[in-house]
Amino acid sequence: MESITSLIGISIGAVLINNFVLSRFLGLCPFFGVSKKLSSAIGMGMAVIFVMAMASSFTWVINSYILVKFGVDYLQTIVFILVIAALVQLVEMALQKYSPALYEALGIYLPLITTNCAVLGVAIINTGVNQLTGNPYSFIESLVNGVTSGVGFMLALILMAGIREKLELANVPKAMEGLPITFITAGLMAMAFLGFAGLNFFK
Amino acid sequence: MLKGELKRGLLTENPIFVLVLGLCPSMATSTSIENGIGMGLAATFVLACSNVIISLVRKVIPDKVRIPCFIVIIATFVTVVQFLMKAYLPALDKQLGIFVPLIVVNCIILGRAEAFASKSNVFQSLIDGVVIGLGFTLALFILSFIRESIGSNKLLGLKFLPGYEPMTIFILAPGGFFTIALVMGLIRHFSNRKRSA
Repeated sequence: MESITSLIGISIGAVLINNFVLSRFLGLCPFFGVSKKLSSAIGMGMAVIFVMAMASSFTWVINSYILVKFGVDYLQTIVFILVIAALVQLVEMALQKYSPALYEALGIYLPLITTNCAVLGVAIINTGVNQLTGNPYSFIESLVNGVTSGVGFMLALILMAGIREKLELANVPKAMEGLPITFITAGLMAMAFLGFAGLNFFK
Repeated sequence: MLKGELKRGLLTENPIFVLVLGLCPSMATSTSIENGIGMGLAATFVLACSNVIISLVRKVIPDKVRIPCFIVIIATFVTVVQFLMKAYLPALDKQLGIFVPLIVVNCIILGRAEAFASKSNVFQSLIDGVVIGLGFTLALFILSFIRESIGSNKLLGLKFLPGYEPMTIFILAPGGFFTIALVMGLIRHFSNRKRSA
């Protein structure tokens, strides 16, 4: 049974303490690739939250009712990546058909998400042990973990995009222009996020 | 030819410092030299094997479903690596944690499959996989050397400098970003100077 406190703990953990981008190092490629403009950062963030929610619920069901039940959990990696790829494709087709407006907004980000390690990462983390309770993740817990990890990703992405838009105007040494200065910025952000480790619910 | 290829993989097309691919594992696993090299060699193995297989079946796979096919081939080899690591290097497997299965979504591997192995013959693909993999390993070695020596005052687990208080920040998350930024900046600085000279 899930208690509300456990769900709140998971959410705060996923958004702030173990932020996917800034402390777990997952999803760095889109983080640096799509953070040049605020508008595209928001689009990418929404797409990631959506796919992560779907992926964590689907992979949880497949993992506990098929893989673990029949003792083939070593196939996890292969099955998960296929499920995610298929899911992304399905979401893309469904959006194209039923919600062209949303497709217009998210469409170009969706194919990128298949190889976003954050999505596979959350699916794999959900098969492990919930550090808060010491039990395996339940369905609701893994869904919450998926959504809030996506929110954490979006938060980092939006903060980064906001900073990068200002950074365009800054005077940066020639060798550090472009990506290197962005890495430094990310490092400073990660340092700020380290402060949230003080909010430790886990121990 | 081999020498030129090696130079391409290690320097001019270094996957991390020049192409800026595969960032997640390179930051997460470069906290110690052991982890960095372990990750680099695991990825090299997957890259070389998947390049060979993809190059063998490149004419059979229909163009439209090639990406899922590539991913399945890559995931198969990643599972092989997971088994091997669990059996022979359990300590390293624990250290690398979820980053072993995450080799599947390492953009270097899919990138080479798409850009090179699906268009070239088997031998060339094998060479390409090995040199790019070694370039990745070299980059990880440089990053982890800097981070381990500054961040925990150790090299390969042994004490490095006596009387030096390690800056723990370098083995935490921010240190990864700082190290890669500084190394990239240095590389750019020297290549700019070379170009203008």
